[in-house]
Amino acid sequence: MRTPWAILLGGVAGFVGQLIFAQSNQLTLPAMVEAGSAFSIETAGSGQGTLYVAGLGQVIRKDVELGKTAWFPAGSLYDAGRYVVILEASGNSESGILDVAPQTKPASLSFLARPSRLPIALHNGITGAVYVFDAYKNLVTAPTPVSFALSSPSGAAQTRTVTAKDGAAWTAMDSTAKQGADKFVAEDDDIASTRVIGQVPGDPCGLKMTAKPDGDKVALATDPVRDCSGNAVPDGTIVTFTETYGDTQSTVDVPLKRDIAAVEMPAHNGATITVASGVILGNQIRWEK
Amino acid sequence: MIRFKAILMIGALAGATAGVALAQATVKVEPASVNGPRPLAEQTAQAVIRDYLESWQSLSAAFDQDRADLLDADFVGDARDKLAQAIRDQSQMAVSTRYQDRAHDVQIVFYSPEGLSIELSDTVDYDVQLMDHDKPLGTQHVHARYLVVLTPSELQWRVRILQAQAG
Repeated sequence: MRTPWAILLGGVAGFVGQLIFAQSNQLTLPAMVEAGSAFSIETAGSGQGTLYVAGLGQVIRKDVELGKTAWFPAGSLYDAGRYVVILEASGNSESGILDVAPQTKPASLSFLARPSRLPIALHNGITGAVYVFDAYKNLVTAPTPVSFALSSPSGAAQTRTVTAKDGAAWTAMDSTAKQGADKFVAEDDDIASTRVIGQVPGDPCGLKMTAKPDGDKVALATDPVRDCSGNAVPDGTIVTFTETYGDTQSTVDVPLKRDIAAVEMPAHNGATITVASGVILGNQIRWEK
Repeated sequence: MIRFKAILMIGALAGATAGVALAQATVKVEPASVNGPRPLAEQTAQAVIRDYLESWQSLSAAFDQDRADLLDADFVGDARDKLAQAIRDQSQMAVSTRYQDRAHDVQIVFYSPEGLSIELSDTVDYDVQLMDHDKPLGTQHVHARYLVVLTPSELQWRVRILQAQAG
């Protein structure tokens, strides 16, 4: 009874042995290859064989002469990652692992900047995130300095340099005091990517109106409406005038036109008139003829 | 006695082989170590890791069946393009590969400030079986640290970058 069991066990062991490779001394692989560069694989023995290089981004099959160097020209293997290499010859297979590293020189940046438009003078209001890629769209994982610069039309600039970790870098910047289109630039080596950030005036600041009699009306007009940094608040911004007289309240919404909002309201002696824009309150006038 | 031992050994081997075919990968999730200013909600972290782990199933099926379209649900952009390229490569050469993930050790490492991308690292153990014209060439075990970038789509997070680190 021993013999059949021994044969069966030997067969099972052989089958499992075929399925699970050991690192071969018939196959000499480079420790690491840079993406896109030429490389070679050494094989031992004699006769013909086939090399298989299989990864998640590329699969290569190459007929080889055993005992000679198998050359792979530049551009053969360009997708960074870990590859299984199998040498098959005369029904026997041997295998190993080959690493392909991304190029260290960046070739492109994926630059996300947010928001595209925001009010002036917001602390850390603008963020930028960058992923760094090589010429083959591999993530450059070696630490690399990424510089960020936010410049306003007046020329003032904020700059930061951040070391990318695992291919990613980020920064936060303050929006500047002047309205306009700012340039937000991310740069690594000589590769730059630019985004435009629109900076709009903030909320009105020091909202003030004056009143003049105009027959049986009162003519109300604001001073030019500015934000706290002196930027003109955009035309079309709604200014609300409210007149309270006894139990009666009248409200008129007026869009800014050439920085000023103006309206006529009934002139009630003793009426109280207020002005506001959004949540920003302006001055109050008590109308006396 | 010998016979009993042999039966036990064969049983164990058969069990192991069945286990190889059917086993689910073990998953270990490390506490997030996020580079970035944006707070990472627990639900977001769970969704990202769930969607990422599912992507290995579609990757495996796509390579096994030579069907790049099976990648569409879980991969996008360069990751999808590169995987599809590998599937085209192997299809043209009548080579096929079977990927079976065994273990994952996942950690979220970057959440971009605007919330449009999450990067995680995954130390993966997986097996790759190669066949040429349906003839098995063997199975190689691979241990590698992957960097993975996912971006949100309508219903889920999709893998945009999937790259094993060299060394």
